[in-house]
Amino acid sequence: MKLTFRRPDGSHGVHDTDPGTSVMEAAVAHGEDGIVAECGGSLMCATCHVYVDPAFSDLLAPPAEDEAEMLTCTAAERRPTSRLSCQLVLTDDLDGLVVEIPEEQV
Amino acid sequence: MSAGSVVVVGGGQAGFQTAASLRQEGYAGRVVLVGDRHPPYQRPPLSKAYLTGRVDVAELAFRPGDFYARHRIEVVPGPVTAVDRAGRTVALATGEHLAYEHLVLATGCRARRLGVPGQDLRGVHYLRDVDDASALVEHLGRAERLVVVGAGFIGLEVAAAARQRGAEVTVLEFAPRAMGRAVSACVGDFFIGRHRAAGTRVEVSTGVEALLDDGDGHVRGVRASTGEVLPADLVVVGVGVLPRTDLAEAAGLTVDGGVLVDDHLRSVDDAAVSAVGDCSRFVDSRSGARVRLESVQNAVDQGRCVAARIAGRPFPYTALPWFWTDQLGSKLQIAGLSAGHDRAVLVGDGVGGPFSVYCFAGQRLLAVESVDRPADHMAARRVLGAGGDALAAVTPDTVRREGFRLRDLVAA
Ligand SMILES: Cc1cc2nc3c(=O)[nH]c(=O)nc-3n(C[C@H](O)[C@H](O)[C@H](O)COP(=O)(O)OP(=O)(O)OC[C@H]3O[C@@H](n4cnc5c(N)ncnc54)[C@H](O)[C@@H]3O)c2cc1C
Ligand code: FES
Repeated sequence: MKLTFRRPDGSHGVHDTDPGTSVMEAAVAHGEDGIVAECGGSLMCATCHVYVDPAFSDLLAPPAEDEAEMLTCTAAERRPTSRLSCQLVLTDDLDGLVVEIPEEQV
Repeated sequence: MSAGSVVVVGGGQAGFQTAASLRQEGYAGRVVLVGDRHPPYQRPPLSKAYLTGRVDVAELAFRPGDFYARHRIEVVPGPVTAVDRAGRTVALATGEHLAYEHLVLATGCRARRLGVPGQDLRGVHYLRDVDDASALVEHLGRAERLVVVGAGFIGLEVAAAARQRGAEVTVLEFAPRAMGRAVSACVGDFFIGRHRAAGTRVEVSTGVEALLDDGDGHVRGVRASTGEVLPADLVVVGVGVLPRTDLAEAAGLTVDGGVLVDDHLRSVDDAAVSAVGDCSRFVDSRSGARVRLESVQNAVDQGRCVAARIAGRPFPYTALPWFWTDQLGSKLQIAGLSAGHDRAVLVGDGVGGPFSVYCFAGQRLLAVESVDRPADHMAARRVLGAGGDALAAVTPDTVRREGFRLRDLVAA
């Protein structure tokens, strides 16, 4: 399945990924440096922040309370579309998902 | 000496970060990362998800295998056996030599030994690297009775994982508190309560006199300082770590509970050598005290700082320390260093539920410890990191006010 990262410099990274991996894991595996993921997906660092393209918002379960709390005080501004990408696990219906990587993670 | 080359000793969290950040900073020279037989990997899951089988070895790697070649990072097997500072070369166990312009020591720590009779019996485990963890996983599956010596972070995380796997678990702690050096009394007590509620026996102020032999070279029990003998078919020792500084010492660098470094993390003796992560003893920019920290944050931020300097963008190391641990479904997140606090104010649902503890020295906020309150933690990182007026506004009186939420101060 296809996953697209819109990078801060305007370029795009389009990658083939498998369902079951998280957006963060896919980013790291494909060398998307804008996803830092210091805590390795433990929901402790908030350095895997992304903005989900609104076209996909309805397909995602809303953030759990923990994730929503970790999104307070992210390095880049928090928007309604903000998510922590280690919590976004890819499923078949998310094929084609587009996420934007913010300017800053730390 | 070799112009434009960096040798990083140790492929753990700090070494990996240094190498990766050098490339991110645009450093063009040669980068050699001397690792061990595993590709660079994360340690935190070793005492958590790895023990309960939720992650496997491959998932521990920081990056996929082709990352290093793509970024022109040469990963070579170690260990480094000697450093020649005059000639600016290091010797590898393979007999090879590597020239450096900058040397970065990221050698981490080794587990402190228990130092009692029987410490080398079979069935006695330590936990520092993935091989230790794999050995432990294998035995945890079969163990019925586990004794954990030391109620530090790693000991308690192991106790939690073993409990979740159904073993009978006892934790013995020499000090009167759990996680004593690193957390306030209320947080230590909260976690002891969590472990007891999960069915783990936790005894504080209780040392270990000997580990007992079953007659066949395997441990059969632990004799505590109280005289009680606790039967055990598995013992995990988590009594702290010692920095791996032998290389630095042999190279004539000043070592005192870690490699002593300046505010740019350079050895105080040699500007061509830096030390990062668990082996580095630096001056905390907030308290002015020399500290050595063991955390992902410290390893990552120090790696970044040294890489930026080598790439030509120097800045002094001032990053705010933060840390986490995860036990029995409760997460503790700490921002700042609480050492030296003289009052602790608990805010939240009381000792049973989510709460944060604000640690002050007089009126000055030093650290915030949050139990299942991630928003407080994130706000605390902001406020403590910023310093100045934002920090000064958080006093014992402010946090005691009805309805106080740290995040409201950040938004304002
Ligand atoms: C089980 C466990 C759980 C943890 N959990 C957490 C947690 O939840 N949160 C948190 O913030 N931190 C946690 N930590 C701490 C964190 O993992 C460490 O602070 C971090 O790994 C330090 O990075 P480092 O690179 O300094 O040392 P390490 O990651 O230990 O790496 C040092 C490396 O150097 C190598 N080395 C040493 N000498 C030589 C030599 N002469 N030649 C070549 N290589 C050499 C070693 O083999 C090792 O691979 C945990 C640590 C452990 C062990
Ligand atoms: S990787 Fe740390 S919160 Fe997502």
